[in-house]
Amino acid sequence: MIPLERLRAFSIISHVDHGKSTLADRMLEICGAVDARQMRAQYLDSMDLERERGITIKAQNVRLSYGDHVLQLIDTPGHVDFGYEVSRSLAACEGALLLVDASQGIEAQTLANTYLAVENDLSVVAAVNKIDLPAADPDRVSGEIERILGIGADEVLRISAKTGEGVHELLDAIVERVPPPTGDENAPLRALIFDSHYDAYRGVVSAVRVMDGVMRSGDALRFVQTGEDHVAEEIGSREPDQVPTAELGPGEVGYLIAGIKDVGQARVGETVTTPARPAEALEGYRDPLAMVFCGLYPVEGDAYADLREALEKLQLNDSSFTYEPETSSALGFGFRCGFLGLLHMEIVRERLEREYGLELVTTAPNVEYRANTRGGGVEVVDNPSALPSGSEIESVEEPFVRVTILTPSDYVGPLMDLCQSRRGEMKQMEYLSENRVELVYLMPLAEIVLDFFDRMKSRTRGYASLDYEPSGYRRSDLTKVDILLNGVPVDAFSAIVHRDRSYEYGRRMTDKLRELIPRQLFDVPIQAAIGGRIIARETVKAKRKDVIAKCYGGDVTRKRKLLERQKEGKRRMKQVGSVEVPQEAFVAALRLEE
Amino acid sequence: MAFGVYVHIPFCEVRCDYCDFATWTDRPHLIDDYVEACIGDLDQRKESGTVPPASSVFFGGGTPSMLPAEHLARILDAVDLAGDAEITVECNPDSVNADKLSIYRRAGVNRISLGVQSTVPHVLATLGRTHDRSNVERACAAVREAAIDSFNLDLIYGTPGESLDDWRRTLDDVLALEPGHLSAYALTVEAGTPLAARVGSSESPPPDDDDQALKYEIADQRLRSAGLDWYEISNFAADGNECRHNSLYWSGDDYLAVGCAGHGFTDGRRWWNVRRPEDYIARIESGRSPERGSETLSKEGRDDEALMLGLRTRRGILADAVAFAPAAALIDAGLLAAIDDRLRLTLSGRLVASEITARLVDFHQPVDPDLTSVD
Repeated sequence: MIPLERLRAFSIISHVDHGKSTLADRMLEICGAVDARQMRAQYLDSMDLERERGITIKAQNVRLSYGDHVLQLIDTPGHVDFGYEVSRSLAACEGALLLVDASQGIEAQTLANTYLAVENDLSVVAAVNKIDLPAADPDRVSGEIERILGIGADEVLRISAKTGEGVHELLDAIVERVPPPTGDENAPLRALIFDSHYDAYRGVVSAVRVMDGVMRSGDALRFVQTGEDHVAEEIGSREPDQVPTAELGPGEVGYLIAGIKDVGQARVGETVTTPARPAEALEGYRDPLAMVFCGLYPVEGDAYADLREALEKLQLNDSSFTYEPETSSALGFGFRCGFLGLLHMEIVRERLEREYGLELVTTAPNVEYRANTRGGGVEVVDNPSALPSGSEIESVEEPFVRVTILTPSDYVGPLMDLCQSRRGEMKQMEYLSENRVELVYLMPLAEIVLDFFDRMKSRTRGYASLDYEPSGYRRSDLTKVDILLNGVPVDAFSAIVHRDRSYEYGRRMTDKLRELIPRQLFDVPIQAAIGGRIIARETVKAKRKDVIAKCYGGDVTRKRKLLERQKEGKRRMKQVGSVEVPQEAFVAALRLEE
Repeated sequence: MAFGVYVHIPFCEVRCDYCDFATWTDRPHLIDDYVEACIGDLDQRKESGTVPPASSVFFGGGTPSMLPAEHLARILDAVDLAGDAEITVECNPDSVNADKLSIYRRAGVNRISLGVQSTVPHVLATLGRTHDRSNVERACAAVREAAIDSFNLDLIYGTPGESLDDWRRTLDDVLALEPGHLSAYALTVEAGTPLAARVGSSESPPPDDDDQALKYEIADQRLRSAGLDWYEISNFAADGNECRHNSLYWSGDDYLAVGCAGHGFTDGRRWWNVRRPEDYIARIESGRSPERGSETLSKEGRDDEALMLGLRTRRGILADAVAFAPAAALIDAGLLAAIDDRLRLTLSGRLVASEITARLVDFHQPVDPDLTSVD
């Protein structure tokens, strides 16, 4: 066991692209954990997706020797969808390293996580990164950190993770300023799981932080939330390769393999103790909460069984998404899936396509509504087409979120317009510095789910950042808009929108679909309807002629290749009744012009 | 069994603005060697002993009439002909005359194909053609005078700036010449041509599908009332005047290609020769094969191709060759007609033949997943 006073555990809080993974790489190098030959960029991001997108999805941890001290670094996800995972990672630490890009300044998500760290009594060490870049303005950014978080500007370290400048000093500051963990090795075992992933050979590998007591290899363990007992088959630390040990004492961060086959049995936030001397659960556990839903359908109907199998396997690795079989008259057999947020949805879809070779049709994302029926019941609606008809409903409620936006002051006007157009209600506006503003809005989550982020970015040239947290359900004047192709309602196109904007929505959707659906052998009317009433109509005119010119000896091969491409194109279309609809049409709602 | 020989003549006086064929205006000095190479190629194939007598020969280009007529006759001499073979030469209305035609006639040529395209001056100008209506009339008269059995006129419709009346006028003008055969092609703007460079700019909009569809319908109606019925999407003929050589391409029979850039199809294998005339000459002179590439189709590829080509013809395809449901839907939509045990495109079906082919070759029946395992 490592004496408490030699241990330090800290998380890095940082915005996407502010250099967290690069800094982790440098720390690994300085502490000799990875030799230069093995070094690759973003060492800790193990998924291809993470490396490509430059984001961290899964929390990672690594144990580093720095002088007499053992540093335990926990690399946390950096996106609003994974806020809960971040909070559990923070709960495993005594310190947080706030890393801010020296030209960009602090971002909303980072700020929210830093507040969370402060609330959890973590010591915050702040550093501005990328000081080697010409656009760097460390004075301004340090001043901003001082004003917003009360950390003295002179205490803010200045580093370049890329060149390594200042990283030694930063490690020294962590040793000095982050307190060692506390914990009683004689108390009953209490360990926190702050991440779990599924390994095809070992089963579930969990990242744990021991709070009290000692976890020993071979011990019988009890998982408090699930109530299940498992044996600690192997415990150890990541340095960054897994190094088995006999025991993990208080304050130590390590990994645990306990013969579990499904990450749902070892969820983030779970408390591990022993059946022999059970301890109370640690605070703060909660079940993952799906916020965003969409339908996932195989392009080819016969790939349904493959999709189901892929979802089962993926869920072993990520217990925070949900899926249930559903049938769409337009798309056939598929699944209604729930996600923590939009990025999470994209990641799952991309992994299904990439790791399992599936071709999928995705429907536009939506939130979960509550319909209060006239009979006094409540129906939970996670698929817009399932909303009961107007006469059966007394009212509809939708989830709201409290949205925090940090922006350069130049963009306040356009952002206020945007929020207002998205039914936002301003709660607060505060100048954090002369040219940075914090805006707080209460807004329906549904408005965020539909391309809010992209709109915000384009209106602020990428400078504004966003964070949000759930803020309960509220009654709204909502109505269902159906889309009919060739006179037949297409369930996958149904949407729930605010009544005031339903006409406009119908008009825009029909217009967009007219663009997206290619001309076919007959006219295709596209209509938008509320109840039985048509509110908008467009027509895709029939194709009168295609390539018919000559076809002699030298043309045959070319013609046949054209035919093969046409066949291929048709495979990517979904046959809805007699109409061929391209995949992108099903997410047309995300691409409506403002 | 029909067997054809296609001879490619890659020389032109001027290049038309829409043309992307393998043809050159700057190398008439190659003509003599090229003719020798074609003869050498034919001789080599004959020596290999696998070439059946040709039931048709087609000189295409380029401008075959640019060759001295004696040269063309010598190439034809090198072909082993079946009795009553159809022998066609593509001619430019500018470059045919009585002398040339009488040499053709003596050599056995019995069919002339004239590239007319249009009789309307501004349309011809847009296409970059050098002849006019009087050239065409003279050429047709010369063909008749030479007692050559039959002739074809090629037309192009949908040229930027061509009005419906322009097109009707062209049709009236050419029908007055009483051709036994007529080909009408929708203008396709090929990338890299001078026409492509102009089209798309404000003064020259790209050909419009709806306009071309209407012009096709006008042509179909006018030609039919003049006794020229369609037998392939772009080809119309009086009874018995169908081009036997071109029909080979659609029926899947074998044909040989002689000359650069020609495509042959023999024993289930499609092959094509080197593109440039100098390369072709060099290959033949050094006793090498002029082939640049080839493909042997899979069963699926062969079936798809047979369907694609068969559908283009009036003969159509066997109804059994395709799935019932998509065919029935197309019949309901008035795009396909069932005649005895065959399916044939209707007039509106001919206009969307590619789409119809794609629907018939690749119709996926929706597959129900195994419901019992859904819980």
